[in-house]
Amino acid sequence: MTYFPEEVVEHIFDFLATHRDRNTVSTVCKTWYRVERLSRRSVFVGNCYAVHPERVVARFPGLRSLTVKGKPHFADFNLIPHDWGGFSLPWIETAARGCPGLEELRLKRMVVSDESLELLARSFPNFKVLVLISCEGFSTDGLAAIATYCRVLRELDLQENEVEDRGPQWLSCFPDSCTSLVSLNFACLKGEVNAGSLERLVARCPNLRTLRLSRAVSIDTLSKILARAPHLVDLGTGSFTIDHRAEAYHKVMNNFIKCKSLRSLSGFWDAAPRCLPAVYPICGNLTGLNLSYAPAIQCADLIKLIHRCSKLQRLWILDCIGDKGLAVVANTCKELQELRVFPSDFYGGGIAAVTEEGLVAVSSGCPKLSSLLYFCNQMTNAALITVAKNCPHFTRFRLCILDPKKPDPVTNQPLDEGFGAIVQSCKDLRRLSLSGLLTDRVFLYIGMYAERLEMLSIAFAGDSDKGMVYVLNGCKNLRKLEIRDSPFGDAALLEDVGKYETMRSLWMSSCDVTLGGCKTLAAKMPGLNVEVINERDESDEMEESPSDLGRVEKMYVYRTVAGPRNDAPDFVWTL
Amino acid sequence: MEKDYKNKPDACPQLLDLIPKERDWMVRVSGGGGCGSGSKVSEERKLELRLGPPGGEEESSVLSLGYFSKASKTTNPCAGAKRGFLDTVESKTEDPHQQQSGFFQLHSRGGLGQELSQRTNRNVEQQPQQQSLERKACSSLPPVHAAPGRKAGANNTSQTRTTSPAVVGWPPIRSFRKNLASSSSKPTFQSQNGNSETRPKLENCRKGLFVKINMDGIPIGRKIDLKAYDGYEKLSSAVEELFQGLLSAQRDPSTAETQKDAEERKAFTGLLDGTGEYTLVYEDNEGDRMLVGDVPWDMFVSAVKRLRVLKSSDLSVLSLGAVCRKRTATEC
Repeated sequence: MTYFPEEVVEHIFDFLATHRDRNTVSTVCKTWYRVERLSRRSVFVGNCYAVHPERVVARFPGLRSLTVKGKPHFADFNLIPHDWGGFSLPWIETAARGCPGLEELRLKRMVVSDESLELLARSFPNFKVLVLISCEGFSTDGLAAIATYCRVLRELDLQENEVEDRGPQWLSCFPDSCTSLVSLNFACLKGEVNAGSLERLVARCPNLRTLRLSRAVSIDTLSKILARAPHLVDLGTGSFTIDHRAEAYHKVMNNFIKCKSLRSLSGFWDAAPRCLPAVYPICGNLTGLNLSYAPAIQCADLIKLIHRCSKLQRLWILDCIGDKGLAVVANTCKELQELRVFPSDFYGGGIAAVTEEGLVAVSSGCPKLSSLLYFCNQMTNAALITVAKNCPHFTRFRLCILDPKKPDPVTNQPLDEGFGAIVQSCKDLRRLSLSGLLTDRVFLYIGMYAERLEMLSIAFAGDSDKGMVYVLNGCKNLRKLEIRDSPFGDAALLEDVGKYETMRSLWMSSCDVTLGGCKTLAAKMPGLNVEVINERDESDEMEESPSDLGRVEKMYVYRTVAGPRNDAPDFVWTL
Repeated sequence: MEKDYKNKPDACPQLLDLIPKERDWMVRVSGGGGCGSGSKVSEERKLELRLGPPGGEEESSVLSLGYFSKASKTTNPCAGAKRGFLDTVESKTEDPHQQQSGFFQLHSRGGLGQELSQRTNRNVEQQPQQQSLERKACSSLPPVHAAPGRKAGANNTSQTRTTSPAVVGWPPIRSFRKNLASSSSKPTFQSQNGNSETRPKLENCRKGLFVKINMDGIPIGRKIDLKAYDGYEKLSSAVEELFQGLLSAQRDPSTAETQKDAEERKAFTGLLDGTGEYTLVYEDNEGDRMLVGDVPWDMFVSAVKRLRVLKSSDLSVLSLGAVCRKRTATEC
């Protein structure tokens, strides 16, 4: 390859689709490293503390697209204290200095301030795509800055962020000259929306294909928007409640009929059953449907809707669909690839909405099923074994039995065999979340069979250190391991300390790991940051420094070339 | 513990070394990891997975040895789950070595009420109002929880290993989803229509529904408008407000002001789940006395004829039985 001029090498690298492949070729020789880094346009940083932003920007001056992730996954469930970290400002500042050509920024679980958004908006003249997922720390003022200064903005995608509402004027900040929007998602905003501005914006953006509205947008406004933008492909409705006015209902239905390109529907905040038929005309074209924000719609109406959605590939739904409804899904949605069933009654003890029967039905009716998130009240080994047989193509399998440590209700056994069947049958499994009563045995199976597994979530499972050791030894491709409330201690943690350098991160909370164990790990592995998170009550301030024998409540370990971080709050100790 | 196969320096990356390690580990497992019995072949057969319904094969490998005793501990239905929250506190002596920071972490999280409410669940259909009422009922118990220095008994993690717990971050659901059900009945913004009238709900009849409400020990009853509330939680706080003044007048006027406040507040905790000094009951359209909170809110509103705040100790044997039955019936 050294005979090829660099342009040719660069051209060959263009065919490398994944970050991983590009990372690999850059290690071959100095020439390749140089060619690769200068031609690299897209960088993915899985852990914002694994590397300094300066280093990324220095290495890839031609950077156009940057993706950075911050907090660990369990932050979604309030397990990470609010000010733990994950600040986006250093990244934006550094990029502003070193990569003025930046066009796309995607951040997940990071703290984004209005200041950073404004800096972002002003620093990159070619900025096109902003995606914020599960972020917090900003308000609609920051969005106003983006709208005002990003002249060629194509995508503004806000997914499940915590955004402070400072008024509806941000939407009016898009200048009249802004006609480039292709995707606009502000579904997570809670405040009022200026309907007129919204309608005018939609009207002047002929390329708009994705539009996800927030709850504040009425069905009247939706109706007008549909009339202006019948070429939408992905729509998130607003509140979707209709009062008594029949003509509003018919108007919106007629406008839906015109949307021949519509393939994905979501939203339906506050939707009542009688509103649903408005979308019947386009159901036959839908490949994606998200009704998980509409608790008022019960099984019977869900079934009527789903009967019409024969092309569905992705379905997000609440568990009020019941096993009966899932049977209908199984009969109708033969193309289904992704299913998420969310709980509507969180405190257990309710009427069992979905059980193992629903899952078995879907698995037998939908052979293409590859991604599952399923909240249920119970699961049996027999069902899991059947599901494993029916659907060997799972890449993501996340099962959450609402009652922790619940065994198979029929046999009273742990669910080791069931999950074992899943990992044995699904050779491409990349992500797995366990629940129910589980012994060390399930981890033995996981270690033995789950060769492609990259992410594993464990809660209330296992009997001894052996369980964790099986996983660490067996899963060659493991990148993220998150464990809570399981009896794994120092022995397991320290069994194979080198393993953690092959992984992105390890999270352990409410386990049996002690401070001494963490210190040992930190001492042995300077290439890791071992963070101990200890939120203390006032009464504990009297204590001397805690003993090494004391159990650590939360520990987060990750590989890094950046050393211990300098923005850690008081309650985070990097050992 | 299988510690003896660490035969290389710690600092090296493990990628290549996993291969020989795997072999060692496989051999060790089939060698019986401590169980020491049986031939290699029989051990492997035990570990083989069979893709079929679970047969009657004995789970005799070492890994499952400990299982049955654990199972008996964990498969108890949540008897007394209604009281489960208080059990958390009382059982502090059982798990003295548990971390206390987990408990305090629970307390410092905003979701305190939500998590705690998982303990006082009810065996009813999913009802957003139920959830919010549970939240209210439990949030009135903070004095117990907030005591500093209290050891791990109140720590939810100690409970998670044996009973149906209220645990931080469980189930693993984003907070906004937890709030969906309770907020779905709230009216949405209708700013663009410039409507100043009350935003229409789907069931839009807004005529008032006034019912009499009496309280034990207070001679004069009151009336409340049930249409003003959208759930049990609001009803409970309204009842509390209504009778608080009257109750304090009944109590010993010589007690200190602050003491009175705390007493009043305490009197109205657990109005709806039977844990407090008073319980809210109602008379339905068939003349039967029922505990408030069993049925969906809408059904309750259509059936209720009058309300009563009873001293919990005065509940008859029958009603008490119903309360207990309801508690034990909550599914784990």
